[in-house]
Amino acid sequence: MVHDETPDIRLEGLTIGYGKTAVVSGIDATLPGGKISVILGGSGCGKSTLLKNILMLNAPLAGRVMIGSHDLNKLDRRGKHCLRQRMGVLFQDGALLGSLSLGDNVALPMREHTRLDEKTIRERVLDKLALVGLEEFYDYYPNELSGGMRKRAGLARGMVMDPPLLFCDEPTSGLDPVTAVELDQLLLELKKSFNMTMVVVSHDLDSMRTIADHVIVLGAGKVLYNGTREELETTTDDYLRRFLDRRAEERTSPRLTMPALDYKVMKRDCSKYLGEG
Amino acid sequence: MARPGAEGDSAAMMNSRRQHFSPIAHLGDATLRFVGDTGAMFLFLLESTGRIFSSLGQFRKTIQQIYFIGVKSLSVITLIGLFTGMVIGLQMHYALAKFGAEGFLGAAVALSLVRELGPVLTAIMITGRAGSSMTAEIGVMRISAQVDALRVMDINPIGYLVSPKLAASIICFPILTAFFDLVGMAGGYLTGVLLLGGNGGTYTYRIQAYMKLSDVTGGFIKSLVFAVVVCTVCCFMGYYTHTRRDAVGPEAVSQATTAGVVTSCILILLSDYILTSLLF
Ligand SMILES: Nc1ncnc2c1ncn2[C@@H]1O[C@H](COP(=O)(O)OP(=O)(O)O)[C@@H](O)[C@H]1O
Ligand SMILES: [Mg+2]
Repeated sequence: MVHDETPDIRLEGLTIGYGKTAVVSGIDATLPGGKISVILGGSGCGKSTLLKNILMLNAPLAGRVMIGSHDLNKLDRRGKHCLRQRMGVLFQDGALLGSLSLGDNVALPMREHTRLDEKTIRERVLDKLALVGLEEFYDYYPNELSGGMRKRAGLARGMVMDPPLLFCDEPTSGLDPVTAVELDQLLLELKKSFNMTMVVVSHDLDSMRTIADHVIVLGAGKVLYNGTREELETTTDDYLRRFLDRRAEERTSPRLTMPALDYKVMKRDCSKYLGEG
Repeated sequence: MARPGAEGDSAAMMNSRRQHFSPIAHLGDATLRFVGDTGAMFLFLLESTGRIFSSLGQFRKTIQQIYFIGVKSLSVITLIGLFTGMVIGLQMHYALAKFGAEGFLGAAVALSLVRELGPVLTAIMITGRAGSSMTAEIGVMRISAQVDALRVMDINPIGYLVSPKLAASIICFPILTAFFDLVGMAGGYLTGVLLLGGNGGTYTYRIQAYMKLSDVTGGFIKSLVFAVVVCTVCCFMGYYTHTRRDAVGPEAVSQATTAGVVTSCILILLSDYILTSLLF
């Protein structure tokens, strides 16, 4: 299904955090519909928290999130249901249900929300698993897979309802370079063929350069950059340049100041056993 | 104890509380939390009850839970029931023999089992076997974002995780209790008749003669109430694992499990007293 209506996601005066502590404050940005927006930033800077606010899992401390014409703060129960059925999500660690096989995990939203028969569901699930290269693992359980495979399975589950909005939390981290590139290509293809709006959280610069139309950089509790990728590449901002060129800041980067640990301090001496002494 | 609504401000609040510790403030805080928790648990129960019949898929999940809560508890219930019956047979025989009423052993064993020990011991055993795993299962799902995943898939986590367990508990508790009673009576027969040489016919006849229908319905009602209490408390503790103040991560799951089992057992005994005074 090609989605003809692709809602923008607007963040207006948004402050996000937990309890009373703000993690990022004063976010004003528009994530354009039908495009891929990448939320970039170091680990712990609040990328996943921002995603949770957009997904209505956490309420913002201040400000609001608009998806299309819907204010998420004002949405009633029914509105939430309808909006959620238009969203697909890949969580940071996949968040597959541990008691269901991979196939059942991917099939879950379909079984709960559609009238399709088992055969059609199985076909569609296998198709989505094939997209992420996991069709042979239909009957495996999440704990029998590697972290990267769980992540890809999570993506398959996020896509299974062909949602117009797709959210991915670090889709390529923990994947080998080849699979990571394939996944980026998949996201690009999905955007092109289905006209999806995607929000991808990442700290992977290569991946950002491949897929991003729009970029938001978070850091130091605020938005450091909000604009197109082309503009980002030509930025003269010191911090952003260092981030893009992968240079550490000279002054603050830690230096080795201590000699290597002497194994004599070990409680159990293994040097004889290993034939070292 | 768990506290719905708050997400992660616990550390800061705990510090400030430690600084201003005073017994009165502590008591007030504990009372407020108790009232809040009770209310939240009641709403939790309402929500999970309302979703028992929400879709056709619930039926299949309920069957799975019946297998887990009911069928898999059968062996332990048999064992406990048998020994309980045997030991009551022994004790009652000793007491009744004091005034030469050994013939009433059957009635004494059966009434104490059906009215009291059957429902209570069955509920406590299922709490230990199935209640604890309900808490742990839901708690692990909570801390590994699986509950969030259900929410964004627009699947109500309470309906998906709790309702089938509640339905299965309501079905299993009375059946297991009846089974416990039966096995217990057989255990009483074993000691009273086979070991101590009482009259078998008298034993069974007196059970029949002295057991009223109200005894059976009373025990039945008790087991239903215990089913709701145990399932609600254990699932509630698991569901709000992430808001615990005493621990985080895997430790919070273990604390939640302990809290679920302990709270369930206390509430079983408390409601047992209330029900006994109301019913009989
Ligand atoms: N449940 C929580 N309670 C309190 N603070 C949290 C919670 N989850 C994350 N944080 C804090 O919020 C900040 C942002 O976390 P997160 O959004 O997960 O970062 P990332 O950008 O790596 O995804 C971190 O400093 C973290 O300590
Ligand atoms: Mg994150």
